[in-house]
Amino acid sequence: MNLKHALFGVLVAAAVMPALAQKAVEAPGGKFAKDAEQMFRASFKAENPKYWMTRLDQDETMKTCQQYRDNPPRKVGEKLEKLNAATIRYPVDGKLIGDWKEGEKLAAVGTGGHIGFIQPDPPGRVRGGNCYACHELAKKELAYGTIGPSLHHFGKVRGNSEDIIKYAYDKIYNSNAFSACTNMPRFGLHNWLTPEQITHIVAFLIDPESPVNKD
Amino acid sequence: MMFQRLLVTLVGGAVLAASAGSALAQDSKVADELAKYRDALADGNPADLLEVKGEGLWSEKRGPKNASLEQCDLGLGPGKLEGAYAQLPKYFKDTNKVMDVESRLVHCMVTLQGFTQADVTKQWYSKPGKESDIEALVTFIGAKSNGMPINVPATHPEEAKMARMGEYIFYRRSGPQDFSCSICHGQEGKRIRLQDLGNLTTKEGAGFAMKTWPSYRVSQGAVWTMQRRLIDCMRQARWPEPNYLADSIVALETYLQKTATGTVMDTPGIER
Repeated sequence: MNLKHALFGVLVAAAVMPALAQKAVEAPGGKFAKDAEQMFRASFKAENPKYWMTRLDQDETMKTCQQYRDNPPRKVGEKLEKLNAATIRYPVDGKLIGDWKEGEKLAAVGTGGHIGFIQPDPPGRVRGGNCYACHELAKKELAYGTIGPSLHHFGKVRGNSEDIIKYAYDKIYNSNAFSACTNMPRFGLHNWLTPEQITHIVAFLIDPESPVNKD
Repeated sequence: MMFQRLLVTLVGGAVLAASAGSALAQDSKVADELAKYRDALADGNPADLLEVKGEGLWSEKRGPKNASLEQCDLGLGPGKLEGAYAQLPKYFKDTNKVMDVESRLVHCMVTLQGFTQADVTKQWYSKPGKESDIEALVTFIGAKSNGMPINVPATHPEEAKMARMGEYIFYRRSGPQDFSCSICHGQEGKRIRLQDLGNLTTKEGAGFAMKTWPSYRVSQGAVWTMQRRLIDCMRQARWPEPNYLADSIVALETYLQKTATGTVMDTPGIER
Protein backbone atom coordinates (compact mmCIF):
# COMPACT_ATOMS: atom_id res chain seq x y z
CA MET A 1 0.00 0.00 0.00
CA ASN A 2 2.73 2.42 0.99
CA LEU A 3 4.77 1.38 -1.97
CA LYS A 4 1.77 1.93 -4.19
CA HIS A 5 1.33 5.42 -2.78
CA ALA A 6 4.98 6.22 -3.25
CA LEU A 7 4.89 4.94 -6.82
CA PHE A 8 1.77 6.98 -7.51
CA GLY A 9 3.52 10.06 -6.15
CA VAL A 10 6.50 9.53 -8.41
CA LEU A 11 4.24 9.05 -11.42
CA VAL A 12 2.27 12.21 -10.65
CA ALA A 13 5.48 14.16 -10.19
CA ALA A 14 6.80 12.86 -13.50
CA ALA A 15 3.58 13.83 -15.25
CA VAL A 16 3.25 17.27 -13.65
CA MET A 17 6.87 18.46 -13.84
CA PRO A 18 7.09 18.73 -17.64
CA ALA A 19 3.68 20.38 -17.69
CA LEU A 20 4.92 23.01 -15.24
CA ALA A 21 8.10 23.51 -17.23
CA GLN A 22 6.06 23.96 -20.40
CA LYS A 23 3.81 26.52 -18.79
CA ALA A 24 6.51 29.21 -18.93
CA VAL A 25 6.25 30.24 -22.58
CA GLU A 26 9.48 31.43 -24.09
CA ALA A 27 9.72 35.18 -24.63
CA PRO A 28 9.16 36.24 -28.28
CA GLY A 29 12.36 36.16 -30.30
CA GLY A 30 14.03 33.75 -27.85
CA LYS A 31 17.80 34.11 -27.88
CA PHE A 32 17.53 36.59 -30.78
CA ALA A 33 15.49 39.14 -28.82
CA LYS A 34 18.43 41.52 -28.41
CA ASP A 35 19.39 41.31 -32.09
CA ALA A 36 15.75 41.77 -33.04
CA GLU A 37 15.41 44.94 -30.97
CA GLN A 38 18.51 46.40 -32.59
CA MET A 39 17.33 45.41 -36.07
CA PHE A 40 13.84 46.83 -35.45
CA ARG A 41 15.23 50.17 -34.29
CA ALA A 42 17.56 50.38 -37.31
CA SER A 43 14.67 49.75 -39.72
CA PHE A 44 13.16 53.23 -39.64
CA LYS A 45 13.74 56.00 -42.14
CA ALA A 46 16.48 58.44 -41.18
CA GLU A 47 14.07 61.28 -42.03
CA ASN A 48 11.80 60.43 -39.08
CA PRO A 49 12.25 63.32 -36.61
CA LYS A 50 13.71 62.37 -33.23
CA TYR A 51 10.47 63.12 -31.42
CA TRP A 52 8.70 60.59 -33.63
CA MET A 53 11.32 57.97 -32.88
CA THR A 54 10.64 58.27 -29.14
CA ARG A 55 7.34 56.51 -29.87
CA LEU A 56 9.37 53.31 -30.17
CA ASP A 57 10.61 53.56 -26.59
CA GLN A 58 9.11 50.96 -24.27
CA ASP A 59 8.29 51.58 -20.63
CA GLU A 60 8.47 48.75 -18.11
CA THR A 61 4.84 47.77 -18.75
CA MET A 62 5.30 47.47 -22.53
CA LYS A 63 8.54 45.52 -22.17
CA THR A 64 7.11 43.13 -19.60
CA CYS A 65 3.87 42.58 -21.55
CA GLN A 66 5.85 41.77 -24.69
CA GLN A 67 8.04 39.36 -22.78
CA TYR A 68 5.00 37.43 -21.53
CA ARG A 69 2.99 37.75 -24.77
CA ASP A 70 0.49 39.90 -22.84
CA ASN A 71 -0.17 37.07 -20.41
CA PRO A 72 2.05 37.77 -17.39
CA PRO A 73 2.08 35.58 -14.27
CA ARG A 74 -0.28 37.03 -11.65
CA LYS A 75 2.53 38.27 -9.41
CA VAL A 76 4.15 40.18 -12.29
CA GLY A 77 0.75 41.49 -13.36
CA GLU A 78 0.00 42.80 -9.86
CA LYS A 79 3.28 44.70 -9.83
CA LEU A 80 2.48 46.33 -13.15
CA GLU A 81 -1.04 47.20 -12.00
CA LYS A 82 0.33 49.02 -8.94
CA LEU A 83 2.87 50.83 -11.08
CA ASN A 84 0.18 51.99 -13.49
CA ALA A 85 -2.37 52.92 -10.80
CA ALA A 86 0.20 55.38 -9.43
CA THR A 87 0.22 57.33 -12.72
CA ILE A 88 -3.45 58.38 -12.70
CA ARG A 89 -4.07 62.14 -12.57
CA TYR A 90 -7.41 63.90 -12.14
CA PRO A 91 -8.92 67.13 -13.51
CA VAL A 92 -8.08 70.21 -11.47
CA ASP A 93 -11.72 70.76 -10.42
CA GLY A 94 -12.00 67.13 -9.30
CA LYS A 95 -15.15 66.52 -11.36
CA LEU A 96 -14.90 63.12 -13.04
CA ILE A 97 -18.11 63.14 -15.05
CA GLY A 98 -18.52 65.60 -17.92
CA ASP A 99 -20.78 66.06 -20.96
CA TRP A 100 -22.02 62.83 -22.58
CA LYS A 101 -22.59 64.60 -25.92
CA GLU A 102 -18.89 65.47 -26.12
CA GLY A 103 -18.06 61.93 -25.05
CA GLU A 104 -20.25 60.49 -27.81
CA LYS A 105 -18.23 62.42 -30.41
CA LEU A 106 -14.90 61.34 -28.95
CA ALA A 107 -16.00 57.70 -28.83
CA ALA A 108 -16.54 57.69 -32.60
CA VAL A 109 -13.33 59.44 -33.70
CA GLY A 110 -10.63 57.04 -34.84
CA THR A 111 -8.28 59.46 -36.52
CA GLY A 112 -5.32 61.36 -35.16
CA GLY A 113 -1.76 60.57 -34.27
CA HIS A 114 -0.75 58.89 -37.54
CA ILE A 115 2.79 59.91 -38.52
CA GLY A 116 5.22 59.01 -41.31
CA PHE A 117 5.46 60.31 -44.86
CA ILE A 118 2.88 58.25 -46.76
CA GLN A 119 -0.45 59.00 -45.05
CA PRO A 120 0.10 61.10 -41.93
CA ASP A 121 -2.75 62.92 -40.22
CA PRO A 122 -2.76 66.64 -40.94
CA PRO A 123 -1.35 68.62 -38.00
CA GLY A 124 -3.89 69.42 -35.33
CA ARG A 125 -6.30 66.68 -36.39
CA VAL A 126 -8.53 65.82 -33.47
CA ARG A 127 -7.66 62.63 -31.63
CA GLY A 128 -10.55 60.61 -30.31
CA GLY A 129 -10.94 57.64 -28.05
CA ASN A 130 -12.01 55.44 -30.99
CA CYS A 131 -14.04 53.40 -28.48
CA TYR A 132 -16.25 51.87 -31.21
CA ALA A 133 -13.21 50.23 -32.80
CA CYS A 134 -13.33 47.68 -29.98
CA HIS A 135 -16.57 48.14 -27.97
CA GLU A 136 -20.31 48.12 -28.54
CA LEU A 137 -21.74 51.27 -26.92
CA ALA A 138 -24.93 53.02 -28.13
CA LYS A 139 -27.36 50.54 -29.69
CA LYS A 140 -27.81 52.63 -32.84
CA GLU A 141 -24.13 52.35 -33.86
CA LEU A 142 -23.83 48.99 -35.56
CA ALA A 143 -20.24 49.35 -36.74
CA TYR A 144 -18.58 48.36 -33.49
CA GLY A 145 -15.62 46.07 -32.88
CA THR A 146 -15.37 43.12 -30.52
CA ILE A 147 -11.80 43.23 -29.20
CA GLY A 148 -13.16 44.64 -25.93
CA PRO A 149 -16.39 43.72 -24.08
CA SER A 150 -19.74 45.31 -24.94
CA LEU A 151 -20.29 48.48 -22.92
CA HIS A 152 -23.93 48.84 -23.95
CA HIS A 153 -25.99 49.79 -20.85
CA PHE A 154 -22.75 50.37 -18.90
CA GLY A 155 -24.38 52.85 -16.52
CA LYS A 156 -27.81 51.27 -16.59
CA VAL A 157 -26.35 48.04 -15.22
CA ARG A 158 -23.80 49.50 -12.81
CA GLY A 159 -25.51 52.70 -11.69
CA ASN A 160 -23.84 56.09 -11.29
CA SER A 161 -22.25 55.91 -7.85
CA GLU A 162 -18.98 57.75 -7.15
CA ASP A 163 -17.15 54.43 -7.19
CA ILE A 164 -18.40 53.53 -10.64
CA ILE A 165 -17.58 56.99 -11.99
CA LYS A 166 -14.06 56.79 -10.56
CA TYR A 167 -13.58 53.28 -11.89
CA ALA A 168 -14.59 54.34 -15.42
CA TYR A 169 -12.29 57.37 -15.28
CA ASP A 170 -9.35 55.37 -13.96
CA LYS A 171 -9.85 52.57 -16.47
CA ILE A 172 -9.78 54.97 -19.43
CA TYR A 173 -6.86 56.95 -17.99
CA ASN A 174 -4.76 53.86 -17.40
CA SER A 175 -6.33 50.52 -18.27
CA ASN A 176 -3.30 48.65 -16.97
CA ALA A 177 -4.08 49.74 -13.42
CA PHE A 178 -6.76 47.03 -13.45
CA SER A 179 -5.61 44.32 -15.84
CA ALA A 180 -1.96 44.37 -16.78
CA CYS A 181 -1.22 43.90 -20.48
CA THR A 182 -4.83 44.42 -21.57
CA ASN A 183 -5.29 45.31 -25.25
CA MET A 184 -6.78 48.67 -24.24
CA PRO A 185 -4.54 51.73 -24.65
CA ARG A 186 -3.63 53.91 -21.67
CA PHE A 187 -5.32 57.08 -22.92
CA GLY A 188 -4.46 59.37 -20.03
CA LEU A 189 -0.93 58.16 -19.40
CA HIS A 190 0.06 58.90 -23.00
CA ASN A 191 -1.80 62.24 -23.05
CA TRP A 192 -3.79 60.83 -25.94
CA LEU A 193 -6.89 62.21 -24.23
CA THR A 194 -6.91 65.07 -21.71
CA PRO A 195 -8.41 64.47 -18.25
CA GLU A 196 -11.34 66.67 -19.34
CA GLN A 197 -11.96 64.59 -22.47
CA ILE A 198 -11.90 61.45 -20.34
CA THR A 199 -14.64 62.89 -18.11
CA HIS A 200 -16.80 63.33 -21.24
CA ILE A 201 -16.35 59.68 -22.20
CA VAL A 202 -17.15 58.72 -18.60
CA ALA A 203 -20.41 60.67 -18.98
CA PHE A 204 -21.16 58.91 -22.26
CA LEU A 205 -20.83 55.60 -20.40
CA ILE A 206 -22.67 56.52 -17.20
CA ASP A 207 -25.11 59.41 -17.71
CA PRO A 208 -28.69 58.03 -17.67
CA GLU A 209 -29.46 60.34 -20.63
CA SER A 210 -26.61 58.95 -22.74
CA PRO A 211 -27.62 56.71 -25.69
CA VAL A 212 -25.37 54.04 -24.15
CA ASN A 213 -28.00 53.63 -21.44
CA LYS A 214 -31.10 54.01 -23.63
CA ASP A 215 -32.75 51.45 -25.97
CA MET B 1 -10.39 36.19 -72.78
CA MET B 2 -8.48 39.37 -72.04
CA PHE B 3 -11.39 41.45 -73.33
CA GLN B 4 -13.85 39.45 -71.27
CA ARG B 5 -11.77 39.99 -68.14
CA LEU B 6 -11.55 43.70 -68.84
CA LEU B 7 -15.32 43.89 -69.30
CA VAL B 8 -15.95 42.11 -66.01
CA THR B 9 -13.53 44.53 -64.37
CA LEU B 10 -15.39 47.54 -65.72
CA VAL B 11 -18.77 46.15 -64.72
CA GLY B 12 -17.35 45.37 -61.29
CA GLY B 13 -16.20 48.97 -60.98
CA ALA B 14 -19.73 50.15 -61.69
CA VAL B 15 -21.09 47.75 -59.07
CA LEU B 16 -18.65 49.19 -56.55
CA ALA B 17 -19.49 52.78 -57.43
CA ALA B 18 -23.19 52.01 -57.02
CA SER B 19 -22.67 50.28 -53.71
CA ALA B 20 -20.33 52.95 -52.33
CA GLY B 21 -23.14 55.42 -51.63
CA SER B 22 -25.29 52.96 -49.75
CA ALA B 23 -22.26 51.63 -47.89
CA LEU B 24 -21.76 55.07 -46.40
CA ALA B 25 -25.34 55.18 -45.23
CA GLN B 26 -25.40 51.63 -44.01
CA ASP B 27 -22.05 50.94 -42.49
CA SER B 28 -23.09 47.48 -41.41
CA LYS B 29 -23.57 46.41 -45.01
CA VAL B 30 -19.94 47.03 -45.91
CA ALA B 31 -18.84 43.47 -45.29
CA ASP B 32 -21.73 42.09 -47.38
CA GLU B 33 -21.08 44.52 -50.19
CA LEU B 34 -17.43 43.58 -50.23
CA ALA B 35 -18.34 39.91 -50.50
CA LYS B 36 -20.65 40.69 -53.44
CA TYR B 37 -17.94 42.80 -55.03
CA ARG B 38 -15.49 39.93 -54.65
CA ASP B 39 -17.96 37.61 -56.40
CA ALA B 40 -18.54 40.10 -59.19
CA LEU B 41 -14.82 40.33 -59.75
CA ALA B 42 -14.08 36.63 -59.38
CA ASP B 43 -12.88 36.53 -62.98
CA GLY B 44 -11.93 40.17 -63.37
CA ASN B 45 -9.95 41.63 -60.48
CA PRO B 46 -8.64 45.12 -61.41
CA ALA B 47 -5.25 43.73 -60.40
CA ASP B 48 -5.38 41.47 -63.49
CA LEU B 49 -4.53 44.47 -65.64
CA LEU B 50 -1.50 45.14 -63.47
CA GLU B 51 -0.49 41.50 -63.74
CA VAL B 52 -0.42 41.81 -67.53
CA LYS B 53 1.65 44.97 -67.23
CA GLY B 54 4.07 43.17 -64.91
CA GLU B 55 4.44 40.35 -67.41
CA GLY B 56 5.49 42.90 -70.02
CA LEU B 57 7.94 44.59 -67.67
CA TRP B 58 9.50 41.25 -66.79
CA SER B 59 10.51 40.42 -70.35
CA GLU B 60 11.18 43.94 -71.62
CA LYS B 61 14.81 44.99 -72.08
CA ARG B 62 15.25 47.99 -69.80
CA GLY B 63 17.77 49.99 -67.81
CA PRO B 64 21.35 51.07 -68.47
CA LYS B 65 22.28 47.45 -69.27
CA ASN B 66 19.32 47.05 -71.65
CA ALA B 67 18.46 43.69 -70.11
CA SER B 68 15.24 41.92 -69.18
CA LEU B 69 14.53 40.32 -65.80
CA GLU B 70 14.23 36.87 -67.33
CA GLN B 71 17.47 35.72 -65.68
CA CYS B 72 16.39 36.93 -62.23
CA ASP B 73 16.80 34.24 -59.56
CA LEU B 74 13.95 34.45 -57.06
CA GLY B 75 15.18 31.41 -55.18
CA LEU B 76 14.38 28.53 -57.52
CA GLY B 77 17.01 29.36 -60.14
CA PRO B 78 17.36 32.01 -62.88
CA GLY B 79 14.05 32.72 -64.59
CA LYS B 80 12.10 30.15 -62.54
CA LEU B 81 8.88 31.93 -61.62
CA GLU B 82 6.42 29.11 -60.95
CA GLY B 83 6.07 28.85 -57.17
CA ALA B 84 8.85 31.38 -56.49
CA TYR B 85 6.66 33.82 -54.53
CA ALA B 86 5.33 31.03 -52.30
CA GLN B 87 8.82 30.12 -51.03
CA LEU B 88 9.88 33.66 -50.10
CA PRO B 89 11.37 35.14 -47.98
CA LYS B 90 14.45 32.93 -48.07
CA TYR B 91 18.20 33.09 -47.53
CA PHE B 92 20.29 34.01 -50.61
CA LYS B 93 23.94 33.08 -50.65
CA ASP B 94 24.96 35.76 -53.15
CA THR B 95 23.79 38.61 -50.90
CA ASN B 96 24.17 36.73 -47.61
CA LYS B 97 20.71 37.99 -46.64
CA VAL B 98 17.20 36.75 -46.09
CA MET B 99 15.22 38.52 -48.82
CA ASP B 100 11.52 38.82 -49.64
CA VAL B 101 10.10 39.01 -53.15
CA GLU B 102 10.45 42.79 -53.27
CA SER B 103 14.02 43.04 -52.02
CA ARG B 104 15.02 40.24 -54.41
CA LEU B 105 13.25 41.89 -57.34
CA VAL B 106 14.97 45.20 -56.62
CA HIS B 107 18.28 43.32 -56.35
CA CYS B 108 17.67 41.89 -59.86
CA MET B 109 16.72 45.27 -61.29
CA VAL B 110 19.99 46.68 -59.92
CA THR B 111 22.33 43.80 -60.85
CA LEU B 112 20.77 42.68 -64.15
CA GLN B 113 19.37 45.91 -65.55
CA GLY B 114 21.85 48.37 -64.04
CA PHE B 115 19.33 50.63 -62.32
CA THR B 116 20.35 52.29 -59.07
CA GLN B 117 18.45 51.15 -56.00
CA ALA B 118 17.27 54.73 -55.44
CA ASP B 119 15.83 54.93 -58.99
CA VAL B 120 14.05 51.61 -58.77
CA THR B 121 12.49 52.19 -55.36
CA LYS B 122 11.52 55.83 -55.89
CA GLN B 123 8.00 54.77 -56.92
CA TRP B 124 7.75 51.60 -54.86
CA TYR B 125 4.02 52.11 -54.38
CA SER B 126 1.49 53.74 -56.68
CA LYS B 127 -0.25 57.05 -56.18
CA PRO B 128 -3.38 58.18 -58.03
CA GLY B 129 -2.28 58.59 -61.65
CA LYS B 130 1.22 57.27 -60.94
CA GLU B 131 1.60 53.54 -61.35
CA SER B 132 4.40 51.56 -59.76
CA ASP B 133 6.52 49.10 -61.79
CA ILE B 134 7.27 47.20 -58.60
CA GLU B 135 3.57 46.68 -57.86
CA ALA B 136 3.03 45.40 -61.41
CA LEU B 137 6.01 43.05 -61.29
CA VAL B 138 5.12 41.69 -57.84
CA THR B 139 1.50 41.12 -58.96
CA PHE B 140 2.81 39.16 -61.95
CA ILE B 141 5.29 37.16 -59.84
CA GLY B 142 2.68 36.48 -57.14
CA ALA B 143 0.17 35.07 -59.62
CA LYS B 144 2.82 32.60 -60.80
CA SER B 145 2.46 30.86 -57.43
CA ASN B 146 -1.31 30.44 -57.63
CA GLY B 147 -2.46 26.97 -56.66
CA MET B 148 0.85 26.24 -54.93
CA PRO B 149 1.26 26.01 -51.16
CA ILE B 150 3.19 28.66 -49.25
CA ASN B 151 6.46 26.99 -48.34
CA VAL B 152 8.69 28.88 -45.91
CA PRO B 153 9.88 26.27 -43.38
CA ALA B 154 12.72 28.62 -42.37
CA THR B 155 15.16 25.74 -41.93
CA HIS B 156 18.30 27.69 -42.86
CA PRO B 157 19.74 29.19 -39.65
CA GLU B 158 19.46 32.74 -41.07
CA GLU B 159 15.81 32.11 -42.00
CA ALA B 160 15.08 30.60 -38.60
CA LYS B 161 16.63 33.66 -36.94
CA MET B 162 14.63 36.01 -39.16
CA ALA B 163 11.37 34.22 -38.26
CA ARG B 164 12.15 34.52 -34.54
CA MET B 165 12.98 38.20 -34.96
CA GLY B 166 9.66 38.64 -36.75
CA GLU B 167 7.94 37.00 -33.81
CA TYR B 168 9.70 39.46 -31.50
CA ILE B 169 8.38 42.42 -33.50
CA PHE B 170 4.89 40.87 -33.66
CA TYR B 171 4.58 41.04 -29.86
CA ARG B 172 6.54 44.29 -29.34
CA ARG B 173 4.36 46.95 -27.71
CA SER B 174 5.10 50.64 -28.02
CA GLY B 175 3.72 54.00 -29.03
CA PRO B 176 0.99 56.29 -27.70
CA GLN B 177 -1.64 53.53 -28.03
CA ASP B 178 0.42 50.68 -26.53
CA PHE B 179 -0.03 48.72 -29.75
CA SER B 180 1.59 45.59 -31.07
CA CYS B 181 0.57 43.41 -34.03
CA SER B 182 -0.67 40.87 -31.51
CA ILE B 183 -3.20 43.27 -29.95
CA CYS B 184 -5.45 42.94 -33.00
CA HIS B 185 -4.11 39.78 -34.61
CA GLY B 186 -3.42 37.45 -31.69
CA GLN B 187 -6.92 36.14 -30.94
CA GLU B 188 -9.71 34.31 -32.73
CA GLY B 189 -12.98 35.72 -33.99
CA LYS B 190 -12.50 39.41 -33.22
CA ARG B 191 -13.19 42.43 -35.37
CA ILE B 192 -12.26 46.11 -35.38
CA ARG B 193 -15.38 48.11 -36.22
CA LEU B 194 -16.80 45.75 -38.88
CA GLN B 195 -13.50 44.48 -40.18
CA ASP B 196 -12.83 40.83 -39.30
CA LEU B 197 -9.37 40.29 -37.80
CA GLY B 198 -7.36 37.17 -38.49
CA ASN B 199 -5.41 35.41 -35.76
CA LEU B 200 -2.00 35.54 -37.40
CA THR B 201 -0.42 33.26 -34.82
CA THR B 202 -2.20 30.21 -36.29
CA LYS B 203 -1.66 28.47 -39.63
CA GLU B 204 -5.28 29.03 -40.57
CA GLY B 205 -5.26 32.74 -39.75
CA ALA B 206 -1.85 33.53 -41.21
CA GLY B 207 -2.64 31.41 -44.26
CA PHE B 208 -5.93 33.20 -44.90
CA ALA B 209 -4.13 36.53 -44.64
CA MET B 210 -1.00 35.72 -46.62
CA LYS B 211 -2.38 33.67 -49.52
CA THR B 212 -4.14 36.61 -51.24
CA TRP B 213 -1.24 39.09 -51.34
CA PRO B 214 -0.45 41.08 -53.36
CA SER B 215 -4.03 42.23 -53.18
CA TYR B 216 -6.30 44.82 -54.78
CA ARG B 217 -7.51 47.13 -52.02
CA VAL B 218 -10.96 48.50 -52.77
CA SER B 219 -10.63 51.34 -50.24
CA GLN B 220 -7.34 52.42 -51.82
CA GLY B 221 -8.18 51.68 -55.47
CA ALA B 222 -4.75 50.10 -55.83
CA VAL B 223 -2.81 46.89 -55.52
CA TRP B 224 -0.79 46.67 -52.35
CA THR B 225 2.28 44.50 -51.87
CA MET B 226 3.05 42.88 -48.52
CA GLN B 227 5.73 45.53 -47.83
CA ARG B 228 3.11 48.22 -48.37
CA ARG B 229 0.65 46.36 -46.15
CA LEU B 230 3.04 45.93 -43.24
CA ILE B 231 4.48 49.44 -43.47
CA ASP B 232 0.88 50.66 -43.20
CA CYS B 233 0.34 48.47 -40.12
CA MET B 234 3.14 50.42 -38.47
CA ARG B 235 1.46 53.67 -39.50
CA GLN B 236 -1.75 52.46 -37.88
CA ALA B 237 0.19 51.58 -34.76
CA ARG B 238 1.20 55.28 -34.76
CA TRP B 239 4.86 54.39 -35.15
CA PRO B 240 7.38 56.23 -37.34
CA GLU B 241 7.84 55.04 -40.92
CA PRO B 242 10.13 52.10 -41.68
CA ASN B 243 12.39 52.04 -44.73
CA TYR B 244 11.04 50.23 -47.77
CA LEU B 245 12.60 46.72 -47.77
CA ALA B 246 13.66 47.12 -44.12
CA ASP B 247 14.81 43.97 -42.34
CA SER B 248 12.02 44.37 -39.77
CA ILE B 249 9.43 44.03 -42.54
CA VAL B 250 11.20 41.03 -44.07
CA ALA B 251 11.35 39.51 -40.58
CA LEU B 252 7.59 39.91 -40.07
CA GLU B 253 6.97 38.41 -43.50
CA THR B 254 9.21 35.44 -42.67
CA TYR B 255 7.35 34.87 -39.39
CA LEU B 256 3.95 35.10 -41.11
CA GLN B 257 4.88 32.98 -44.15
CA LYS B 258 6.40 30.34 -41.87
CA THR B 259 3.17 30.24 -39.85
CA ALA B 260 1.13 30.17 -43.09
CA THR B 261 3.21 27.40 -44.68
CA GLY B 262 1.03 24.80 -46.38
CA THR B 263 -1.73 27.25 -47.35
CA VAL B 264 -2.46 27.34 -51.10
CA MET B 265 -1.79 30.71 -52.77
CA ASP B 266 -4.72 32.57 -54.33
CA THR B 267 -3.52 35.96 -55.56
CA PRO B 268 -4.15 38.75 -56.45
CA GLY B 269 -6.86 38.97 -53.81
CA ILE B 270 -9.47 41.65 -53.18
CA GLU B 271 -9.42 43.27 -49.76
CA ARG B 272 -11.32 46.11 -48.15
